[in-house]
Amino acid sequence: MNPSLAVIFLTLFSGAGFGLMAMVVVVNDFTIDGGLSPLRTAILVALALLLVTIGMVSSTAHLANPKNAWRAFTRWRTSWLAREGVFAVMFYPVAIAYLGWVFFTNTDQDDGALVLGNVAGLIGLATIFCQGMIYACLRTIRQWHTPLVPANFYALGLALGMTIVATSRVLADGPDLILVSAACALLVAAGVMKAIYYFWIGAPSGTTLQTATGFTGGRVKLLDQGHTFGTFLTHEFSNCISPVRARNFKIAVYALGFLAPVAILLAAAHVSLGLGVLLAPLLAFIGIGLERYLFFVEAQHVVNLYHGRMPGSLPQMHPALRGGTVSPAAVAGKSRLVPSYEKR
Amino acid sequence: MRLGLVIDLDTCVGCHACATACKQWNTSSITAPLTDYDPYGKEPSGVWFNRIRHYEIGEYPNNKTINFPMSCMHCENAECVTVCPTGASYKRPEDGIVLVDQDKCMGCNYCSWACPYGARELDRESGTMKKCTLCVDRIYDETLAVEDRQPACVLACPAHARLFGDLDDPESTTSRAVRERGGYALMPELNYNPTNHYLPPRTRPAIPTSDLPRGSLARKVKEWVNRVVER
Repeated sequence: MNPSLAVIFLTLFSGAGFGLMAMVVVVNDFTIDGGLSPLRTAILVALALLLVTIGMVSSTAHLANPKNAWRAFTRWRTSWLAREGVFAVMFYPVAIAYLGWVFFTNTDQDDGALVLGNVAGLIGLATIFCQGMIYACLRTIRQWHTPLVPANFYALGLALGMTIVATSRVLADGPDLILVSAACALLVAAGVMKAIYYFWIGAPSGTTLQTATGFTGGRVKLLDQGHTFGTFLTHEFSNCISPVRARNFKIAVYALGFLAPVAILLAAAHVSLGLGVLLAPLLAFIGIGLERYLFFVEAQHVVNLYHGRMPGSLPQMHPALRGGTVSPAAVAGKSRLVPSYEKR
Repeated sequence: MRLGLVIDLDTCVGCHACATACKQWNTSSITAPLTDYDPYGKEPSGVWFNRIRHYEIGEYPNNKTINFPMSCMHCENAECVTVCPTGASYKRPEDGIVLVDQDKCMGCNYCSWACPYGARELDRESGTMKKCTLCVDRIYDETLAVEDRQPACVLACPAHARLFGDLDDPESTTSRAVRERGGYALMPELNYNPTNHYLPPRTRPAIPTSDLPRGSLARKVKEWVNRVVER
């Protein structure tokens, strides 16, 4: 799939924002580590709103006709995308009311704050679920059609949220163990969950060029794709990544997204790092941003089969299929198009 | 009523006439225009409702070229419609045609992700999703002669490889063709239940490529002459 920055930012930043909101509420609900001060709660909720807004605004960048975006809330009965929009819009008034309540009453432990906070947190969690289901409900994309997708979105969003909460505690109050341990635990859990996903998407799918064309009895080979340059289909669906590059990206995801933040947070739990602790959420965002890039670029739509792309043969693709520039040499060579009997 | 196409892979010659006729009709039709990008340049591309690909089936000498036209299958279980957040994509209850309301589409591409057949293409100029309409503005047009009330691709096909009809009516031409020729749907495992069906090539005895039996004297002489005489 086309890894457009708009959808990467949408899922990354809004997921982190909703995760942050949920974690702030959990910390305050159970007064974990003494809870957060009203001012800190207000700042973190404002940050959550900012992250969600970055995500929502960038999502409109991938719409080809944004003037109709207001209609996107109408089909919530069938569409996960509409449900996501409805919950995301419901999140704002409740989260802003919570922010105002905490800021003006100067307490985050009275009934009003607890009710508003928990409702906002739950709406945020519902939005993350809808966001995951947008991808998981598509039977056309094997790598996405798995319950691991919403599970991963939860794990990564909550881990990013708790990393921000723990960083804010360390920044303001110095070394601290409880919130840092919670953030590290969530980061480790998210890393393990993502590893399960990476193993799972290697499983073969039942759909092949044989079932796609109906010629299930023998070999089917693309002779000609019927267009001279890329099409909407090649532009949108034929992005891919070589296995070696994907492996290197995964190493970067784990190093930047999980190991580095855990190491920095653990260090910050014992010694004062000053502003250096900000590297933990920063690297987590970069690492999980790479994870989101991989999530899109590794997803292979079944329509690629019609363009002769077999599962597991990604790097051998003809340049024209990628929708990129076709070099004259590649077209002149056309070794793929020589029938087998002429090759003697 | 479940209107759709039945495509005969036995007779399709892969001439792309259906695709160009489709483009010609629909570029001034209800979802017009079908924008072209860089049509005379180095990187010609654009919106098409119908695309023809060509495949080789089997291994030489038991191989065959199959020309494979694909357009919207007007699925019974059209997930492109259920995933649409704006309600722009809809399936007409009266005849099963799947359409996109150009006034409601916000161009999010989500329906094209849900379509396994690559039937939907975004028009970058209008910012809306476009797709085969089954020539809904032809097939019900009473000012046309009855035989002309068919999709443009069907009328254009020189090999009569495209049949149009009601797949719900067991006695329609399309239903009978599917029944008698073993017509099938693409990617049945995904359960989209497409209306369009494909008729497999008929099995015929292989055409002999040499009329002389292997090892015969005449053949040996012929092969010797072929070696000796320089061409």
